[in-house]
Amino acid sequence: MYDMFQALLQAPSYHLFFEALLIIWIFKLLFFSKAYAPESVLTEKEKEELIAEWQPEPLAPEIPDDHPVLMAMENNIITGKPGKYVTINGKSCVNMATLNFLGMAGNPSVEAEAIKTLKKYGVGSCGPRGFYGTMDVHLELEDKIAKFMNCEEAILYAFGFATIASAIPAYSKRGDVIFADEGVCFAIQKGLVASRSKIKWFKHNDMEDLERLLIEQAKEDKKNPKKAKVTRRFLVVEGLYINYGDLCPLPKLVELKWKYKVRLFLEESLSFGILGSNGKGVTEHYNISPDDIDLIAASLENAIGSTGGFCCGKKYIVDHQRLSGLGYCFSASLPPMLATAAIESLRLIDEKPGMLVELRENCEKIHSKLSDINGTVIVGEPISPVKHIRLAEPSTDRDFDVQTLQKIADLSRDNKVAVTLARYLEEEEHKLPLPSIRISVNNQLSDEEIDTVFTTLSEAFQKIITH
Amino acid sequence: MSMVETIYMPSENDFRGKTKKFNGVQNGGKISNGCHKKTKQVDEETEKAWEKDFCETFEETPMLAAISTYIGYLILVAVGHVREFLKSIGIGVVKCVAEPKIPGFVPLYQTWESFYSWYVYRRIQDCFCRPVSGVPGAKMVVIDRESNDHRWSFQYTGGHSTVLNFGSYNYLGFSQNSGPCAEEVEQTIKNYGVSVCGSRQELGYLDLHKQMDRLVADYLGVEDAYTVPMGFATNSMNIPSLVGKGCLILSDELNHASLILGCRLSGAKIKTFKHNCMKDLEKNLREAIVDKQPRTHRPWKKILIVVEGVYSMEGSIVKLPEVLRLKKKYKAYLYLDEAHSIGAIGPHGKGVVDYFGLNPRDVDIMMGTFTKSFGAVGGYIGGSQALVNHLRLYSHSAIYSSSMAPGVAQQIVSSMNIMLGRDGTREGEKRIQQLKWNTRYFRRRLQEMGFILYGNKDSPVVPLLMFMPSKIAKFSRESLNRGMGVVVVGFPATPMTKCRARFCLSASHTKEMLDEALQITSDIGDLLAIKYSKAEPPSYSENDVPLVEDS
Repeated sequence: MYDMFQALLQAPSYHLFFEALLIIWIFKLLFFSKAYAPESVLTEKEKEELIAEWQPEPLAPEIPDDHPVLMAMENNIITGKPGKYVTINGKSCVNMATLNFLGMAGNPSVEAEAIKTLKKYGVGSCGPRGFYGTMDVHLELEDKIAKFMNCEEAILYAFGFATIASAIPAYSKRGDVIFADEGVCFAIQKGLVASRSKIKWFKHNDMEDLERLLIEQAKEDKKNPKKAKVTRRFLVVEGLYINYGDLCPLPKLVELKWKYKVRLFLEESLSFGILGSNGKGVTEHYNISPDDIDLIAASLENAIGSTGGFCCGKKYIVDHQRLSGLGYCFSASLPPMLATAAIESLRLIDEKPGMLVELRENCEKIHSKLSDINGTVIVGEPISPVKHIRLAEPSTDRDFDVQTLQKIADLSRDNKVAVTLARYLEEEEHKLPLPSIRISVNNQLSDEEIDTVFTTLSEAFQKIITH
Repeated sequence: MSMVETIYMPSENDFRGKTKKFNGVQNGGKISNGCHKKTKQVDEETEKAWEKDFCETFEETPMLAAISTYIGYLILVAVGHVREFLKSIGIGVVKCVAEPKIPGFVPLYQTWESFYSWYVYRRIQDCFCRPVSGVPGAKMVVIDRESNDHRWSFQYTGGHSTVLNFGSYNYLGFSQNSGPCAEEVEQTIKNYGVSVCGSRQELGYLDLHKQMDRLVADYLGVEDAYTVPMGFATNSMNIPSLVGKGCLILSDELNHASLILGCRLSGAKIKTFKHNCMKDLEKNLREAIVDKQPRTHRPWKKILIVVEGVYSMEGSIVKLPEVLRLKKKYKAYLYLDEAHSIGAIGPHGKGVVDYFGLNPRDVDIMMGTFTKSFGAVGGYIGGSQALVNHLRLYSHSAIYSSSMAPGVAQQIVSSMNIMLGRDGTREGEKRIQQLKWNTRYFRRRLQEMGFILYGNKDSPVVPLLMFMPSKIAKFSRESLNRGMGVVVVGFPATPMTKCRARFCLSASHTKEMLDEALQITSDIGDLLAIKYSKAEPPSYSENDVPLVEDS
C-alpha cells in the first residue's frame, strides 16, 4: 500500500493524466452509455422503393348509392315547416319524429321575433364572442336563462352538441376521474374522450354499481392520499336519457355526490323546458335546488326550438368556460335571430306553464296506447316525451331488425304518420342500444291524432311482423 | 391553462430564419419588402411560376422591442405575484369570484390557471368581448361600458358608439340586415320556420338543405358537398370519421383549435411541421413512409396532411401548389381548411385553389365555413361522391345534432347565388374585386407608413405587429375612442413577444372608410411608436385590380 502511494507520487504527470482519463472513460462506459443498437441505414434507392411501394387505404370506402340509410334520407325529404304536421314527398303526415315537444318550431310569435331581429342584426354574428361577436341579445338570453334556472350565471354556445362536448374537457383533464352512466348520449361520450381523463362506466341508472365504483375509488385514494388530493372527480349523467327515455335518480345521485365528494354534471337537453311544473328541468321535477348540481348543460334545439346550447351554474364554475371552453372561444357566436327566438320561447313557457301539463298528459296517453301494440316493447317512462319502440322478439341479426323496423316506419309514413328509427354510429357508441323506432310526443296532439298514430303503428307492426 | 396547450404550439425556430429565406435579398442591411425573388435552390426544370407572384413578409422583430416586451411581462408577473401574496395575508382587494373551499372536494382550478386570468388578462379585459348592438357591417354600434374597479366588472353607461368595423369577419360584406339576402331569409322563415329540431338522418332533412349542398358543390367545383350547422364542429366531428388509429396526421403548427381537436379525437398519430415549410413537410412524409409506425413497424394506413387556406393570425396563404405536388408524390391525402379563404381570395372568390389556378378535384377534402364570407354560420366539406356519401352516413353531425336552421341555410343559398352571378347581376364579381382592391390598398399604405405587417399581399387578414402587450391594449382603447374597432391578440393565441392588432377587411369598406382608418392608425402609431419597419416600400399596388363599376 505504501509502495503504491510512493509510486503515485513519483510517476510522471503525463502518465497520471492518462490514467485519470482512462478512469473517467470506464466510468462513462459503465454508467452513461446507451445500449448499442445496430442501425439499419437504408440507402436512398431503398427509400425511394419503399415510397413507391406504399399504398394507402382509400380515404372513404365505396358506398353504394342505394345504401338503406342514404335511400331513407332521400325518400324522406321534407318540404315546408316541420311543425305538428310535416310534409314528406307531398304527403302531410302527423309528425312523431322531430324533437319539437312544445311546438315552438312552428310558433308564429317565435317566428315574428326572429324576423324582427333579422331586420336589425342580419343573419350571422360574424365573429367569436371575444371579437365583436357578443351581441346584446346573447347577453340578454344568458341573463334570462340564469334567472329561469335560478342559477348565478349562464353561458351560451352556438351548437347543442358542442355545449357538453366543450364543457367537460374544460374542467376535467388528464389524470382526473369521471364516473359516467353507460347510457349517456354521444355528445357526452365525445366530451369524455376529449378530456383525456380516466372514465369509469357504471351500468345504466344502477346506483349500486355506481356506489361500488365510488367505494373502490375511495379505497385507492386512501392508499395514495397525495395523488388523491390533486385528482378531481366528476359524475356525468343525463336528466332524461335520449337513448332510453328514462329519468336519472337525481336524489340518490346528489346524496352520493355529497357522500363521496364528486362534482355532478347534469345534461338536460331532453328535460329542459319539459319536466317540472315550470319547465326548469329534472331539478324542479325532484324538488332539488340547482345549487346541489355543479353544472347543468342543455341544448336549445329540442323543446326551445332554436339552435345552440347553454351551461348554467355558479359563477365561479361557469365563468371558467369563457376562457377554456373550446366551442365558446374559437367559434362564431349564435346567430342573433336564433337567440331572440330562444328568448321568446322561454317567455312563452314562463307565461303558459299549461303547455307542460298538456305535454305530460299526451305523453302518458301515448305511452298507455302504444303499450298495447302486439309484438313490441315500449321503452321509456310514461312522462318522457321520447319513447323507443323495440321488437319484443328481436332476431340475432341487428341489421335484419333494423330493416324490419325501417319497413314498419316506411309503411307508417305512407299512412300519414311520420316516425323515424333511432340512428346511431354503430361502431363508435360506447354501449349500442337495441334498434328501435323513436317516437317523440308534442303537446299539440289531439286525442283523435293520438288514436290515429296508435292505429297506424299497430297495423304497420302487425303487417310487417306477421309477414 | 388549457388554452396554452391547445392554441399555440411554439416552433423551434422563430420567424427569423424564415425572413431570410422568403423575404428576398438583403441589400446592405435593408431588407427587401417586395415579392419573393427566386433563391438558389429552385430547380430549373420545375419552374414554379406561382412563386413569382407569391409575396409574403414576416419581418424580424426589432431587438429593442423584444427586450422591452420581455421586461414588460416580467413586471406584470412580478406585480401579480406580489398581489397574490398580499391577498393571502389579507391585504388588498382582489375582487375575483374565487372558488370557495368546500371540505372534502378537490379544488377545480389550480392557482396558476387563475393567475393569468386575474393578473394579466383582466387588465386588458375591456379590449375583448365588447358587446355590439345591431348588424356588424362596415360600421357597427358598440355598447359603451366602463369599469370603476380596475376591470373586475363592467357597467353600461347607456351610450352607444358607431365605429368603423375592422374586427368582424365580413370579407364579402354579406353581413346586412336588408337587401336581397335578408328578404329571402325572411320568406324562408315564414315558409320553413325557425328551426328543424331533428337530425338529418332522423327526419330533419329539408329540400332546402339538399339545394344548399348542391350549390356549395357547384361553387367549389367538386362532385358533392356536405354541410354542418357549426364551423368548429365541421372539423371536430368529421376528421374522426375519416382517419383513426393507425393513421398519421401531418398538421401545420399554426392550425386552428378546431383542427387540433378533430385530430385528437380521431385517435391518429399527430405530427406537426413548421408553418408553411414545404421542406419540413416533405421530410416528415418521407420519414413516415420509410420508418412506418413506431414500435409495431406496420405501414401507416393513411397519411393526412392538414393545412389551412389563409391562417388568420399570420395572414399567410398556404403554398398549395407545393403541397399538392408532395401529396401526389407520396400518395397522402390533403385536408384543406378554407375558413378564412373561401370567398375572400381568388379571382372568382372560390378560395385558395382558385387563387393558384389549380383543379379543385385534386384536393381530397375541401373544408370551409360560411361564417366569414357569407354572413351565415356553419361549415361544409366538399369532395368526391364517395367521400360525401361516407360523411352523410357516418358523420357525427348527420346523426346526433339537429340540422341547419332554415333561415341560415337560405342566407347561404342567397349569398352563393349572388357570388356565382346566378341572380343576373355582377354583384358577386364587384364584391370580390372591391375586397381585393381594399386589401392591396390598405396593406400598401400601412407598409408605406412604416408598420410591420405579416402575411401575404393578398390576404384580407392584416396583422399589425406591436410586440408589447401594453401597446395592444392602448391601441385598442385609443382606436375605439377615435371611431374604429379592431381586434387585438396577445399570448397565448400568438407567440409571447408578438402581440398584434388584426384588421379584417371587407368588401363593404369604401375608400373613405379605409382612409379614415389609415389616418387613425397612423396617429396612434406615432403616439405608441410602433412604426418599427425598416423595409423598403412594397412593390405591389392596388392599381392592377380593376373595379367593377355600378351598372
